[in-house]
Amino acid sequence: MIRFEQVGKRYPGGIAALAELTFAVESGEMVILSGHSGAGKSTLLKMIPAIERPTHGAVVVNGQNVSALKRAAVPFLRRNIGMVFQDQKLLHDRSVFDNVMLPLAIAGVAVRDAGRRVRAALDKVGLLERERAMPVALSGGEQQRLAIARAVVARPAILVADEPTAHLDDATAADIAAMFHAFNQVGVTVLVATHHEALFAPYMTRRVVLSRGRIAQ
Amino acid sequence: MKGWLLHHRQAAALAARRLAATPLNTLLGALVLGIALALPAGGEMLLANFQRLAQRVAATPQISVFMALDAAKGDVADVESRLRRHAQTREVRLVRRDDTLKRFKESEGLAEVIENLPRNPFPDAFVVVPRDEAPAALEAMRDEFAKYPRVEHVQLDSAWVKKLDALLRLTRLAVALLAAVLGVALVAVTFNTIRLQILTQRDEMEVSRLLGATDAYIRRPFLYFGALQGLAGGLVAWLAVLGATFLLRGPVGEVARLYGIEFSMHILPFPDTALLFGLAALLGWLGAWLSLSRHLAK
Repeated sequence: MIRFEQVGKRYPGGIAALAELTFAVESGEMVILSGHSGAGKSTLLKMIPAIERPTHGAVVVNGQNVSALKRAAVPFLRRNIGMVFQDQKLLHDRSVFDNVMLPLAIAGVAVRDAGRRVRAALDKVGLLERERAMPVALSGGEQQRLAIARAVVARPAILVADEPTAHLDDATAADIAAMFHAFNQVGVTVLVATHHEALFAPYMTRRVVLSRGRIAQ
Repeated sequence: MKGWLLHHRQAAALAARRLAATPLNTLLGALVLGIALALPAGGEMLLANFQRLAQRVAATPQISVFMALDAAKGDVADVESRLRRHAQTREVRLVRRDDTLKRFKESEGLAEVIENLPRNPFPDAFVVVPRDEAPAALEAMRDEFAKYPRVEHVQLDSAWVKKLDALLRLTRLAVALLAAVLGVALVAVTFNTIRLQILTQRDEMEVSRLLGATDAYIRRPFLYFGALQGLAGGLVAWLAVLGATFLLRGPVGEVARLYGIEFSMHILPFPDTALLFGLAALLGWLGAWLSLSRHLAK
């Protein structure tokens, strides 16, 4: 489903984030990506929805070489990938409901159908009662769950998350890990970059460790 | 197609909400644009009215034939007969010098001057309505009538209308140039408004892009915003011109009556009103598009 072939990424200034990276994630897998800070986890994840492009090599998602994708085609790729960002990227001037509605509005889903799907997604992450709240009124764990609801509302086949349990207490982090497992159980391919490997250990099918932009194990 | 229409509906609604969320800014923006648009729109309204006035005054060109002051009654009768027999004249009206004197004596302010004159200063005259209104035919008739015995002077009464028409054309060009300059100003104002909006909506734009929004999706609410702001400016301009029309209607009518013309000013005609609103929206849209293109290209 996702293939990295000899992928290298060098940022301006000569800093190499990834080097000759080759690995694949099969459909239905839940892969945990770990490694020290600066190992290249975030860069790797950002290449899947073409937020970052490799300097060389190819990133193939669902048979499509996204590293060679034209700019105009990128939005349509992103609509099929659920992303949970490290800094969540919530819209703080919009309600919980409207935040989750955004991917469906972008995809042009009819309002009635979209409303139903937003409530279903909020229900899955336990935020249905808070749909009218503003993100600033939510706890850290709730904000993370909101980010997850927004990532899954469009029913993507791939869910990518960058440090989804950072800054959360143990119990909340465990809840979040279980949530990813639940999505994986219904067929979503999950790729999570995390420092909290132990939390995801019971659920993951595989672990990929990065070190200085290369696969360590 | 449904999705595309939905996007447009949502973008228009979002733009309207953004305008409504900052009523003072919206009002001030509309006033700035409205004043800029009111100048050429007002000019156009005045031009349309003066053009109507010119057409009314000179609906049919006339030729005035003035006899010599000392022309005898027989001379006058002879010229009248020639004019009436002429193949190119449709109507001939004799204005006798005594009638002219009487009319001027009845005029307010002139009676005293006329009374003090030693003799009647007005000649007998004919007002001729020609069949052929072509300028060349009129000029040929003028030259022919001037050769009739005891005819002192022949005047083409449409000459001043020609001059007025040339003046109106010149003024129309000036209004068009003014509209072009102020149109650029309108684009610049919208460009800047949208640039400020982009700064406040940067997070939303970035998140939308990450979630799969196309440039067109991101651009759309801003384009609607620009067009709606332009329309609001157009409305302000239209109201200003409408107000000016009603304010001027009385005094202009009074002046026209002094010249013996029954005239009432009309509001901006419908095609011009439609053009005003259409251009205002289009220029607002253009300003927003330029601003967004600059931002999205980064």
